[in-house]
Amino acid sequence: MTTKQITCILCPNGCELDVSYGDAPTAETITVEGNLCARGEGYALEELLHPKRTLTTSVLVRGGTQPQTSVKTAAPIPRESLAAAREALRSTTLDAPVSIGDLVARDIADTGVDVVVTRTVTQHHAIEPS
Amino acid sequence: MSEHVRETDLVVIGGGPAGLAAATSAAEAGAHVVLVDRNPQLGGILNQCIHDGFGLHAFGQVLTGPEFAERCVDQALEAGVKMHSDTLVTELNADRTLICSSAGLRYRLRAKSVVLAMGCRERTRGMLRIPGTRPAGVYTAGTAQWLTNMANVRVGQRVVILGSGDIGLIMARRLTWEGAEVAGVIELLPYPSGLPRNISQCLDDYDIPLHLSHSVTCIHGRDRLEAVTVARFDAHRRIIPGTAFDLPCDTLLLSVGLIPENEISRRAGVMLDPITSGAAVDERYMTNVEGIFSCGNVLHIHDLADWASEEGARAGRSAAAYSLGAMSNLNDRRVLIEPGEGIRYTVPQSVARTADRVLLSFRVTEPGEHKTAEVRADGHVLAAQPVRHVHPATMVQIEVPCKGGIDADRLEVRLR
Repeated sequence: MTTKQITCILCPNGCELDVSYGDAPTAETITVEGNLCARGEGYALEELLHPKRTLTTSVLVRGGTQPQTSVKTAAPIPRESLAAAREALRSTTLDAPVSIGDLVARDIADTGVDVVVTRTVTQHHAIEPS
Repeated sequence: MSEHVRETDLVVIGGGPAGLAAATSAAEAGAHVVLVDRNPQLGGILNQCIHDGFGLHAFGQVLTGPEFAERCVDQALEAGVKMHSDTLVTELNADRTLICSSAGLRYRLRAKSVVLAMGCRERTRGMLRIPGTRPAGVYTAGTAQWLTNMANVRVGQRVVILGSGDIGLIMARRLTWEGAEVAGVIELLPYPSGLPRNISQCLDDYDIPLHLSHSVTCIHGRDRLEAVTVARFDAHRRIIPGTAFDLPCDTLLLSVGLIPENEISRRAGVMLDPITSGAAVDERYMTNVEGIFSCGNVLHIHDLADWASEEGARAGRSAAAYSLGAMSNLNDRRVLIEPGEGIRYTVPQSVARTADRVLLSFRVTEPGEHKTAEVRADGHVLAAQPVRHVHPATMVQIEVPCKGGIDADRLEVRLR
């Protein structure tokens, strides 16, 4: 019997999960205690087998009132794909205006997950000299 | 000099999560609401919090800070709130007149009620009195977050973070992602101050060391930061001799606490609680100055924007009731609420005798397991709530029913 302590990161409750399983963790063999909601059990299994994270970072914006906007993966991606996803976004530049939900990149780092804008940046209008 | 005075039912000062929620709920209750914010963009600190984890309570889904902010702004606009952004309140008086300054213009606002929602600022190096030189490269964590996420400025290459508050933990991951090396997070207390999920996903995921019971004792470097000295501290916060070591770094981030920004409240005669540094309020979030209400981080520091937002909505409804003349028990005697054993502070700090329920928010003095929070009136238990884990970094709320009013001079909250 293997036992592990995992902090559930799905929400700010941050439940301390006591996880135990036999030879290998599967949906049948795993027992989870300490979760305040049902999602904790799924999280524990996923965290043991295929840990996933949401990437939240910035990309450059041309011609906007701010030099960059914030973006996120539309769903959590495998933890080992985070570095490749960040690298792919480093060379991305968007043109203002951008709005929440706008597509930044499709199928980032072959994860099948898209990256979307999370902060509206309006266009910068230069003031004409009078 | 004659000045134009604009009249309105209600003014909210500050357009972060608490202020936006207060303005929205007050407008929905029928008040004419003006919201004043000093930044060009509404949403407060949410705009630079590009990580996710917001909105689970308020919207039932996981959002990033800017997404949460835009929804709150949209709700306020839809409710009919008038926004005065890029506008600084320079003065607030007990008669609820305000002086505002915007783009070089100065004007007066007069309101029947005012909601304080100015938020907080970060503690700085000067407040910690860390010895050493004064090189470039020492930032508060929030400033580094603004530079990284809003201004696209790289703060440094090798980073040490003092304090394990959430902003510091979030920045440890953010700067790692931006190619910096985070040499360690240093925490004076024997336990971390941030949320457990942030220890897990921001430090553990990237093998960033967390040095508990340690602090920075000296800052080195002439023009740019070169290293910090770190030493172990005992339970009485004294340096343990022989434990000091140097950590080379070009950047030090401070995530060592937040202070409610109450300068204009004081001028209006608002009394502050010495523990929270926020106003002392009653169950309607009204301060000692009639018609002035307070909510969010300017009242007490919250762990989650969602909770600041919920508190704002409650304060906004109260302030609207006051503005519209619908607050009945204004002159009732007050019952003081006292933090007892294991409790650091409570908000509100008092309640009307005739109140039939009160929602208490409080923090504990030290971590513990399987405790019960208890609210007593003259030894008689009014409410008891089991809490599985208690932690000073985690705010706890308890609903206290007091049907038929409170027949005592004070309430005591304690942990057992």
